[in-house]
Amino acid sequence: MNSRLTQLLPWVVVGVLALFPLVDSPFYIQLMTKVLIMAIFAMSLDLLVGYTGLVSFGHAAYFGLAGYALALMTPKYEAVSLWWSLPAAIGVCALFALITGLLVLRTRGIYFIMVTLAFAQMLFFVFHDTKLGGGSDGAYIYVKPAMKLGGFELVNLEKADQFYWLALVLMAATYLLLHRVLGSSFGRALVGIKVNEHRMRALGFPVFRYQLASFTLSGSLAGIAGYLAAVQYGFVNPEILSWHQSGAVLMIVILGGMGTLYGSVIGAFAFVILQEVLSNQAWFGIAAKHWQLAMGIFIMLVALYLPQGLAGLARNFRSKPVAEAGDE
Amino acid sequence: MDFAFFLIQLLNGLQYGLLLFLVASGLTLVFGIMGIINLAHGSFYMVGAYLAWSLSSMTGSLTAAILLAIPLTVILGMALERLLFRHLYQRDHLYQVLLTYGLILVFEELRSLIWGDDVHGVAVPALLNASIPLTDNLSYPVYRLAISGVCLLLAAALYFLIQKTRLGMMIRAGASNRDMVQSLGIDIKLIYTLVFAMGIALAAFAGMINAPLSSVFPNMGSQVLIICFVVVVIGGIGSVKGAMAASLMIGLAETFGQVLVPEVAGMIVYVLMAVVLVWRPQGLFGKA
Repeated sequence: MNSRLTQLLPWVVVGVLALFPLVDSPFYIQLMTKVLIMAIFAMSLDLLVGYTGLVSFGHAAYFGLAGYALALMTPKYEAVSLWWSLPAAIGVCALFALITGLLVLRTRGIYFIMVTLAFAQMLFFVFHDTKLGGGSDGAYIYVKPAMKLGGFELVNLEKADQFYWLALVLMAATYLLLHRVLGSSFGRALVGIKVNEHRMRALGFPVFRYQLASFTLSGSLAGIAGYLAAVQYGFVNPEILSWHQSGAVLMIVILGGMGTLYGSVIGAFAFVILQEVLSNQAWFGIAAKHWQLAMGIFIMLVALYLPQGLAGLARNFRSKPVAEAGDE
Repeated sequence: MDFAFFLIQLLNGLQYGLLLFLVASGLTLVFGIMGIINLAHGSFYMVGAYLAWSLSSMTGSLTAAILLAIPLTVILGMALERLLFRHLYQRDHLYQVLLTYGLILVFEELRSLIWGDDVHGVAVPALLNASIPLTDNLSYPVYRLAISGVCLLLAAALYFLIQKTRLGMMIRAGASNRDMVQSLGIDIKLIYTLVFAMGIALAAFAGMINAPLSSVFPNMGSQVLIICFVVVVIGGIGSVKGAMAASLMIGLAETFGQVLVPEVAGMIVYVLMAVVLVWRPQGLFGKA
């Protein structure tokens, strides 16, 4: 594929996705909205896993935190303005990521995986055991945030199609932002740290600060996804920051192909649709109740046989298979 | 808090800590020796508890159930090592996380298919079903003391095995240089299989003996797993000594936390972990 076409492709995809609400079925529009939200979430994690070389197993913490932030900021019977509540939710996530980052980045490898999981679990207990966010019952967001511009309602979040477009715009913005960040000298340095941390340090790069910046940015972007998810469901409970959520998003990143932002989008699509299909009672009847069994087996197969993900599969089709780097 | 009450909490904390040690020691050994992160470790704790429940309701005796279940879990451990984990030793931790995460989902659904989703109680063996009176209205169950005793015995046996026997020497050598050990004519693959099966049997055994106290319920493994991660982080990866110290610390912190500050009890262990991370990122007994 020539480079001009490659540059245009994301815009074509966004254009096609923008037409999706023409299907005029709230169910499918909401399903696709979920795909877009998970794509934002997965891209934020890919920045850490695929580009910075930090495997976080607690990324749901930031996703859930933003959801809870929205639930706590929303008054009981009126809408909160999106203009300040979204930045505030992202800010809360950035702050939490900065604080936890200072601690977890003192560790590497297996430790890092366990410590990120443990901190996410700590947050889970904060919301589960205290009255702050309604305990284990969670909290409702009765009225969705308002997006007004000088009295004029720019986007009505109660409408499935308008909310879908908002999610699409935010996904495209996240992609663009990460694309720019990763193309900058900062992004190049991150990849350098992933490949050889000691060498980068010897070259004079402040490795810890770079990793902390990446960790904070990643947590903040996960916040966007969490905010949107809370808006979509109108409800938050401790499950949204459970480790199953962290596992699912890691699965999406690897399924799509880590280290490729578009892979996260493909992965989110494949994962959400697969989940929907496997748990479809009309198709699988009683087996649909135990869909996690099929999902578990699928995840294991991906881990064993598809380490480069769907994006890697596509690359292999396009060009001659090259020796896979690193982990084989 | 009077003395008898304090004593009860102290014994409960130690008993909980010792039980955590059984699960965490297997986890830390598999990390330290084979370099594998096994998220499904908690599932074996659950499998142990469910085996204890179903076999004891079949045979009518928990002791018989445990004697039957231990070989089963050892076989399960060996089979999984041969079929799955062996393919992951050389792979990035990322794929180990993913594979064992998938394994958790599979175990949970199989549990639901085989044993259902209900909560079950397991009877304490008649011989140990007594309590020791401490004051007029406070007493301490013998079964809990028995658990602590069994855990201490196992810990001592584990220490002896690893530090004093020929097999232990091979295990330790395999942890520091796999290829060298193999060149010396030792079947390292077999040793890995044994270590893995031992770790799994320890976790399952913890589930079995704790079943009468905790009862048997879905997802019981993940709670234990995450606490054991904290134990391993605090103690230091691969250090059995560290696992013991950290288990007791966490057992006591959580037990007293629940009595003294129930509102924030769930968070105490994580705060403890954060403090250790600031002070010694490699864990209390970890190598820098």
